[in-house]
Amino acid sequence: MLCVIGTIPDSAFPLVVGPVQMDRHRLIVSGRAVPLNRGTPALLGAVLAAGAFLSLPPVEAWLVGDIGRGDGSRSLYAHLETHLAKSSPTVVVFHYLQPDVDWHNRVLFALEELQPRPVTIADAGFMYAAKMSGQAQSYDLFTPDVGELAFLADENAPHPFYTRGFILHQEENVPRLIARAYEHDNAARWLLVKGRADHLAGPEGVMETVTAPSVAAMEAIGGTGDTLTGLVAALTATGMPVEKAAPLAARVNRLAGQMAAPTPATQVGEIIGKIPEALEQLLRAHE
Amino acid sequence: MGLVSYLKSKFKEWTRHGEKLPGVDRGILIYENTSEVIRAENRLKAAGYNVRVMGPPQQIQSGCDLVIEVPLMEHLEISRLLHEAGVPPLKMVPVTGPLLAPVDLFQTVDYGEHLMVRAANMKICIEKATQTIVNISGGGCPDVPYLAFQMVGKTLHETPRPRDMGHTLCGYALELAYKEMLRQCSAS
Repeated sequence: MLCVIGTIPDSAFPLVVGPVQMDRHRLIVSGRAVPLNRGTPALLGAVLAAGAFLSLPPVEAWLVGDIGRGDGSRSLYAHLETHLAKSSPTVVVFHYLQPDVDWHNRVLFALEELQPRPVTIADAGFMYAAKMSGQAQSYDLFTPDVGELAFLADENAPHPFYTRGFILHQEENVPRLIARAYEHDNAARWLLVKGRADHLAGPEGVMETVTAPSVAAMEAIGGTGDTLTGLVAALTATGMPVEKAAPLAARVNRLAGQMAAPTPATQVGEIIGKIPEALEQLLRAHE
Repeated sequence: MGLVSYLKSKFKEWTRHGEKLPGVDRGILIYENTSEVIRAENRLKAAGYNVRVMGPPQQIQSGCDLVIEVPLMEHLEISRLLHEAGVPPLKMVPVTGPLLAPVDLFQTVDYGEHLMVRAANMKICIEKATQTIVNISGGGCPDVPYLAFQMVGKTLHETPRPRDMGHTLCGYALELAYKEMLRQCSAS
């Protein structure tokens, strides 16, 4: 089972755990429709779009409404602490949650009880909390963009908002930032750094770089990082090792973007709609 | 040390030594969430106080924090003003060590018909001709998708401000990106 854990930008959305389906540009979770937009819905949209071509295990969403006050996130953290160890996921993705070190640590304890241990992917707010807790190495994959990589590289920063100025968030500094993040134990086993070039890295440094196809407008489109994380999760859930899934996911995300012929005003749902075709084209080429 | 015990020890220290510790002339206002920080900052700046939004000391960081640095000597007036404004802080404590400063670098990408500004981990993109916000990206806190939902499709002048709707550091970073975009558009 692939578990996706995150939030919905609607304060009235209750805590739900269950299967999720896609209906055109909406997700359906426990009978509730959620617009396929940026954030965790975009990540789930990418997973389900990939499932139109891949043979995926069941996908389960653990979701709650939160518009930034943190109340929803805290109720989901509490639910995870109690119930996560009773589930049997093979891949777990932690996504848009209010960063909270104490709650992160409680969830990590619950995660460590799982046998066999699932593949763990952290992105967005949960990744921030994982780094700040000093437990980054407990995870298999982080998926930062370049600004977030600078945050991982700054051993003193508790949030990307406080990354010190001398740690420049520029694409040409990526290898140095990666090295610094590992030097201070602030990176997961693998990093997939999202940007104009996507880099798969480990403690040894950059292992693979994906630059094509290159679509400049993608950086401005909210949710394209979320779809990439969703694609890695989906490919990993098929049994593919993280280090193979991450660069393939980067290629699929880029190709789906190119197929959508985007401008900076394009919305991510249009790119999600191209994922099955992009996946098919790239996997066929690998056969 | 947890937040409460840290604050208690600081307050005992503070009251034991009187209102001003030797070498201590700054204090921080601590709030439950970032939206209250933003409201208090706006109120204090409107009243002419020289205050700065900063990161909290390491002992009281919980994950998504912002505090207001204020002149300690004026804490009584500040406290009264904030109570009257309906945004009293949870606590005010003196500080001696350096505080974390927010990112103050902006990056701008010109796409021809569109313009994008990034502040910290948040990006805002507009259509130049109409100044309509077409995309908001980046960030990891749960108010980002909510703010994007409220702002995308509106012009820079008609959109609700992140400072009024946001609750987190990502929301605050988006406010900085929004202000920088406004500045660049007014200058052009």
